[in-house]
Amino acid sequence: MSVLTSPSAPATHNRTSGLQGKAKYAPTLATIGLFLAMFAAGALMYPGFLSGQVFLNLLIDNTFLIVLAVGMTFVILTGGIDLSVGSVVALSMMIAAALLQAGWNPFAVIAVVLLTGAVFGLVMGAIIQVFEIQPFIVTLAGLFLARGLCYVISLNSITVTDPFFTSMAQARIRLPGNLFVSPGVIIALLVVAAAVYVLHQTRFGRTVYAVGGGEASAVLMGLAVPRTKILVYTISGFCAATAGILFSFYSLSGYSLAATGMELDAIAAVVVGGTLLTGGYGYVVGSLAGVLVLGIVQTFISYEGTLSSWWTRIVIGALLLVFILLQKLFSRKVKLA
Amino acid sequence: MNAVIRHRLTWPALALVLLLLLNQVFRSDFLAVRVQDGHLYGSLIDILRNGAPTILIALGMTLVIASRGIDLSVGATAAIAGAISCTYIYNAADPGSAQTALTGAAIAVGAGLALGAWNGFLVAVIGIQPIIATLVLMTAGRGLAQLVTDGQIITVSNDPYHAIGAGFFLALPISILIAAAVCAAAGLLTRRTALGTLIEAVGINPVASRLAGLNARTITWIVYIFSGFCAAVAGLMISSNVTAADANNAGLFIEMDAILAVVIGGTSLAGGRYSLVGTLIGALIIQTLTTTVYTLGIPPEVTLVFKALVVIVVCLLQSPKARTLLRQRKRPATTSSKPKVAI
Repeated sequence: MSVLTSPSAPATHNRTSGLQGKAKYAPTLATIGLFLAMFAAGALMYPGFLSGQVFLNLLIDNTFLIVLAVGMTFVILTGGIDLSVGSVVALSMMIAAALLQAGWNPFAVIAVVLLTGAVFGLVMGAIIQVFEIQPFIVTLAGLFLARGLCYVISLNSITVTDPFFTSMAQARIRLPGNLFVSPGVIIALLVVAAAVYVLHQTRFGRTVYAVGGGEASAVLMGLAVPRTKILVYTISGFCAATAGILFSFYSLSGYSLAATGMELDAIAAVVVGGTLLTGGYGYVVGSLAGVLVLGIVQTFISYEGTLSSWWTRIVIGALLLVFILLQKLFSRKVKLA
Repeated sequence: MNAVIRHRLTWPALALVLLLLLNQVFRSDFLAVRVQDGHLYGSLIDILRNGAPTILIALGMTLVIASRGIDLSVGATAAIAGAISCTYIYNAADPGSAQTALTGAAIAVGAGLALGAWNGFLVAVIGIQPIIATLVLMTAGRGLAQLVTDGQIITVSNDPYHAIGAGFFLALPISILIAAAVCAAAGLLTRRTALGTLIEAVGINPVASRLAGLNARTITWIVYIFSGFCAAVAGLMISSNVTAADANNAGLFIEMDAILAVVIGGTSLAGGRYSLVGTLIGALIIQTLTTTVYTLGIPPEVTLVFKALVVIVVCLLQSPKARTLLRQRKRPATTSSKPKVAI
């Protein structure tokens, strides 16, 4: 919104951002470039790394993280943050597993879980908006609450034996060239596509960017700021519940300690994907690339064998730092321009 | 009377007393403190001893929050400190001596100071939002701790080290004495010198305080280093209490407890105003709440739900919007101006 010279100037270019022209794609392109470079490095270092299936496995193993990152992108674009998503994933898995164990219809279970996630997000968003409390502290309370409710449902892991869930877990969709993906990948990519459509083709999407660009100006422009802010948390909760379902397909169980710290991975993916934490700039496709970068770090570590799993956390932390520093550099340039 | 009701410590203190009385109703020996082998024992002492790490971390967090920051990395820092000291003691030539324990603890505290300085560097010099700057260490920290312990749970048998978290001195648990000493030092340094006012000034408006001639950068740096120090000492207590370093679980969720303690104690999350005594009461409330859950026979896992509800209620009560609504209901005629909230 830096193009507006006076408050009375009409907002003719709704989508004009501080990063003009092609420059606004730079952070996202940098992430995609980083991913391709890492993939190339892997291909040089390890035999068998350069195959379509290795790439598709990245998608298969990270379906839930992709969906989480999509929801988190909406929240971060408005300048907020949602710390509760990891716990909501675990809660969704627990609810699904418990209801399936009680003999519910799998589709009813999925509907209940998605509704619960969305309502959870809606309530958090409403508290953030109505009582003007920092999103950070409200979603932190949400983190506690969802995790605690997991323990209330069951302390032990519940196995899922439902035929529909097991068939979803085992199903493989054949692609040309002897490749395959899981149904979860299709769902995750559909979520990404839906998010791209909503963010770039709808009034709501433009309002999300406007709120992140400057909440006060968005209010002055007469945009539905409160409704938008509540809705992004609802979307994030809904995405977290979807991720929980996908995680159930993947692991066929509900465990109250599942997805601990996954909110950090989701935030890291969004940041690495080039979305500014202060809101206003960023793309869902960048978040997808961010998830792939985090996934390929994991793949490297499993190919290396000797590298231990804790390196993943350290590398993710380091990547997060590098991208935050880059963002800082970028936003400084924007201010000067 | 009005002044007592209005005082910001009244409600937290009242909540603590009510919680303790509730426990007394359900368990008649709850408030009793007995002497055994020259040491004090009893539920009250247990609350103090188990709460000591939270008290320490919350203390550091209070000053960070007063400067309008937040430190999410304290749990990871505590885990790193425990990992470093235990690994040092485990590999030392003389793993049982007091000197080894002291050196290990000193190295761990040094690491805590360094990690705090790192956070302070990111916030004060680079100018990254505190949540994000400390998120980096929160994400990478447990990985670092695991790197130090090589992914193992390092068990040590060193009596002087064990004393930090579980020992007694003058009939009182040493961890309480350490926490009390740090509290007293922090209280004296910030309330008897200008430091506390300077921190509040930075929290209210960093730019204005810099223009007024304050070295805002140094002050920001100091609060993060102090937070790192507190987290490291708390990490020593946690690992010494169980005589082991568990990189994955030591200090897990303790940053949440600490933030909760600070908020309950009446420190504003928007920065600029803090109460060390309030934080102390807040930390004790949290520890008592945990104990209450046990006393009432509720499954301990439900504690998280309780904590979440307490955070929500306290935040709602603290929010200017809710206060305005309450005030309007009481005195419909007055139109109060809405205080500005920093996001």
